[in-house]
Amino acid sequence: MTETDNIVVETAEKIFADLADPQTINADKAETWKAPLWQALSESGLPLSWVPEEFGGSGASLAEGFGVLNAAGRAGLAVPLAETMLAGWLLAQGKIAAPEGAMTIAPAHPKDRLTLDADGKLSGRARSVPFAQDAQHVAVLAQSAAGAKIALVPASACRIDRGLGLGGDASDVVTFDKVAPITTAPAPQGLDQTSLMLMGAVARSLQIAGALETLLDRSVTYANERVAFEKKIGKFQAVQHNLAKLAGETSAALAAATSAADAISSAEGFDDAVFLEASAAKIRCAEAAEKGAAIAHQVHGAIGFTREHILHRFSLRALAWRDDFGNESHWAVELGRKVAARGADDLWPLVASR
Amino acid sequence: MTAALRFDPIRLPPVCEELRKEVRAFLAEEIAAGTFDPNKPQREDSDAPEFSRRVGERGWLGMTWPKKYGGHERTFLERYVVTEEMRIANAPTRRFFVADRQSGPVLLKYAPEHIKMDILPRICRGELCFAIGMSEPNSGSDLFAAKTKATKTDGGYLINGSKIWTTSAHIADYMIAIFRTSPPTKENRRHGLTQFLVNMKSPGIKVNPIAQITGQYEFNEVVFTDVFVPDDHLLGEVDGAWKQATSELAYERSGPERFLETYYVLTELVRALGSDPDTRGAEGIGRLVAQLHTMRRMSVSVAGMLQAGKEPVVEASIVKDIGTIWEQQLPHRVRELAAFVDGEASNHATLDELTAFATKLAPKLTIQGGTTEVLRGIIARGLGLR
Ligand SMILES: Cc1cc2nc3c(=O)[nH]c(=O)nc-3n(C[C@H](O)[C@H](O)[C@H](O)COP(=O)(O)OP(=O)(O)OC[C@H]3O[C@@H](n4cnc5c(N)ncnc54)[C@H](O)[C@@H]3O)c2cc1C
Repeated sequence: MTETDNIVVETAEKIFADLADPQTINADKAETWKAPLWQALSESGLPLSWVPEEFGGSGASLAEGFGVLNAAGRAGLAVPLAETMLAGWLLAQGKIAAPEGAMTIAPAHPKDRLTLDADGKLSGRARSVPFAQDAQHVAVLAQSAAGAKIALVPASACRIDRGLGLGGDASDVVTFDKVAPITTAPAPQGLDQTSLMLMGAVARSLQIAGALETLLDRSVTYANERVAFEKKIGKFQAVQHNLAKLAGETSAALAAATSAADAISSAEGFDDAVFLEASAAKIRCAEAAEKGAAIAHQVHGAIGFTREHILHRFSLRALAWRDDFGNESHWAVELGRKVAARGADDLWPLVASR
Repeated sequence: MTAALRFDPIRLPPVCEELRKEVRAFLAEEIAAGTFDPNKPQREDSDAPEFSRRVGERGWLGMTWPKKYGGHERTFLERYVVTEEMRIANAPTRRFFVADRQSGPVLLKYAPEHIKMDILPRICRGELCFAIGMSEPNSGSDLFAAKTKATKTDGGYLINGSKIWTTSAHIADYMIAIFRTSPPTKENRRHGLTQFLVNMKSPGIKVNPIAQITGQYEFNEVVFTDVFVPDDHLLGEVDGAWKQATSELAYERSGPERFLETYYVLTELVRALGSDPDTRGAEGIGRLVAQLHTMRRMSVSVAGMLQAGKEPVVEASIVKDIGTIWEQQLPHRVRELAAFVDGEASNHATLDELTAFATKLAPKLTIQGGTTEVLRGIIARGLGLR
């Protein structure tokens, strides 16, 4: 990310290093690390990075917030920071002030539809909502007769069926059975469910890229330490080539994700260029997660397959994040349709416009 | 971090977009005038001397070089745009491409002043074609095993031996080559190679064409028998060419030509699948476009680093590694997806023809300019594993 992001990102990195050390967290069966970490994050204002000061947030730029998410991915962060940031961002789009505490966002699956009826009640079911069971509030994008609406809902008013995602973080089904929101507001022109999914997809892309950065870093370090056949395994050409491939996948994920973040940060709205960047980032990062996680585990041998080792904290989260806000098949179909509709001769101009 | 990889989201500045329009307009004129057919990447003879001169007239050769050598002192990003548009249009760039990308920069760095003044302006005018003489029958990946000898004689050197796989040697005016000037040392097996500028019109040079599996002739065997090369044609350090040759390769590795060589099959697939493809077709296109976009973002990012004076050796090698694998896989993926093309589609024939050609061409993509395995060795070194 650019130079100006550094202070906010550095703050985040410092908190992650002090209070979210993966080794400590992994060994802490009672999960006593969660409260102090969230406390420090809240005090730093990071969860409400994308909420302007007038609505109770810290008013960081989109670019700064995306930098934080990349760092959160590098830390394999297991608290709803990304979710609270996205929820705050959505609420701010409707000029709704953000409440305190952890939040999440619904829908998180592109095929789920939530509706707001004429009486102002929310209905519908949202699958795989990250961290719903840990959230005090849910920021919702719903369809109504008068167009898209943004709503702030207390989590306690919803039915939450708890679930566990691949990475070990909460992934729940949230049912809205004629729930009365605290506030609703019309979504601004151009902000629809696809835009929300694109925003979430870029957040997850940056997290995946971050997790891959750590997987690469850990794997190279391990290959330079572990000895087999009287050599460091990193001296074997086959291992070197696997790590070079991991570096390639990490690079592709980083390039696609940071480019998409930059595109959203500097665009007026969710236009075709942002669509290309954000959907492509999610597709490419998901592919990179699959290939990259496999290599990182291969290099680590059996030790990396144990619960004691921290590798899974990064590999499984990278794999889990593929599914939120549209997986790679979903976005590939959407992107393919868009490209086809524009026509063959417009493909290169679209790609070259970025 | 052990390995801090960077791919900043570099955007092409407005001057590049202006330039892109000019290049597109120029290429459209050339196509209209019948200079080349953009739908025929398989053309037998992509050497087009007149076209090459016109590209030079536009100021699109030696773009980043000093004006006193005929260059234009423009940016790497501007050069990037020109390369990209030429590639996408399947323009006949054979005559000037190597000189512009690689040989010119080598001369700029290592040639004596009077040679620079003589040769560089001619490259910028699109008059000269260069070949690269690195590989030999028994040394490809292992560059340092090269045996072809340069023996000191009065006022110069005598060359004996042969080079192989030399692209464009049959039309080249000059070759920049590495020859053995002394044996390798015990401590350093890379020692003993020297880089020379060879006039291809010199007596004693014999060029034997080698046919490729696509049916084209692009590379050759070049046999040297007592070929005289004057002293002032020696480039850089005697016995120290390995440093020069490896840094030269950085230019060769990350440009748009390293992932766009089979791009045309993707355009044709989109055309043949039509505006409303089925789910499988749409998904296939989406995944390929996501890859293409990502490759391009990485490549532009490396161009930005070159512009900033950095030496992104690892990043450039990564772009070539995954870029060439992508362009190699592309015709195969397109072939799979072509199963969903409606039988009535009028352009099916073009798609089939281009896919067949790209499939035949594909094997070379991960070999030319350094094999996948060699690149991964370079990346591994950059990661701190060697
Ligand atoms: C279309 C085309 C154009 C070319 N143009 C030119 C040109 O203009 N000038 C020029 O000088 N050369 C040119 N080349 C040659 C090219 O640079 C060589 O082919 C390439 O460097 C590989 O060398 P080789 O063919 O001798 O294969 P080899 O070196 O024999 O390699 C065979 C296989 O062994 C693998 N291998 C070799 N060494 C190692 C190692 N240490 N570790 C792991 N694997 C290894 C290789 O990766 C490859 O898979 C061209 C090649 C092609 C295909």
